[in-house]
Amino acid sequence: MPATHPDDETRQQRLAVREGLAVGLATAAYGVSFGALSVAAGLDIWQTSFISIVMFSGGSQFALIGVLAAGGVAAGPAAIASAALLGVRNGIYGMRTAPIVGAGLWKRLAAGWITIDESTAVALAQPTPHSRRVGFWVTGVAVFIGWNATTLIGALIGDALGDTRAYGLDAAAAAAFVGLLWPRLKRMQAVAVAVAAAVVAATLTPVLMPGLPVLVAALVAVVVGLFNWLGGPTVPGWASARTKLRS
Amino acid sequence: MTLWQIIIAASIAVLALKLAGYLVPPALLQKPTPSRIADLLTVALLAALIAVQTLGSGQALTVDARIPAVIVAAGLFAIKTPFIVVVIVAALVAAGLRALI
Repeated sequence: MPATHPDDETRQQRLAVREGLAVGLATAAYGVSFGALSVAAGLDIWQTSFISIVMFSGGSQFALIGVLAAGGVAAGPAAIASAALLGVRNGIYGMRTAPIVGAGLWKRLAAGWITIDESTAVALAQPTPHSRRVGFWVTGVAVFIGWNATTLIGALIGDALGDTRAYGLDAAAAAAFVGLLWPRLKRMQAVAVAVAAAVVAATLTPVLMPGLPVLVAALVAVVVGLFNWLGGPTVPGWASARTKLRS
Repeated sequence: MTLWQIIIAASIAVLALKLAGYLVPPALLQKPTPSRIADLLTVALLAALIAVQTLGSGQALTVDARIPAVIVAAGLFAIKTPFIVVVIVAALVAAGLRALI
């Protein structure tokens, strides 16, 4: 590990703090859309806030309410499975951030909770071990506070709106997924998987009960990933977090 | 299942997956296949959700104001428009078309 000058180290830490706060602020802005869409999907304000506090992972949260909006409580198992599968990548991030966080049960529990795209990306982008640790915690805590505050605001707005279709909130939900997917379409393999999965899901919608088409479409990823069709040299799992942040 | 049970089960599942990352030996990360599948899984699920959210209405496929809204959204993301702006514009496009037609 390269020795850094103390002044330089302080500067790196300050940069990590600034980057973390900026990412936290940007992410907080779209907590509003989650809150409003969740209420539109039929959840109450308590349920909406519970998800943002405990689940705390944008993709999984949007997936859960998306499937529930389409299929209602009957689609519960499929909604849970969709949210969990989208949460798998956080587990991969955890393997990368564990050495940054260090040992200690409580520290690791707290770190695990805030291990998401943003905290992982900012942490891994820092140059020194200390600034990586600072970047991880500042980003994770900033996003956690901002995301939960704006989820509540969004839920209150959604509650006041009433007929959400007239306000185009169903289209906003689709647009939110486009925003989560867009930065991940850097490689040919990802584009091919996205197109195939969309076709599979749309084709199966009239045939299967709501929620299941999305899960069957996920098999496209498993098959393509297993045989590495259309894949070039492999990128480590956490690279997607960096790409996401840069775009 | 009640709505609360679904919400609690899904939240605990996602939280548990995050914590699991801290228990798995990092050696697993050296293997390219698991991380490649995890990456593509995210892509496939999001793309499938876009399709269902744009075309589905219950178990039927419909063509309505959501399609132009999503096309506008994709165009705006392509020119790096902030997330919240795109989501609002998409809602406005759909709401505007529905008010007109």
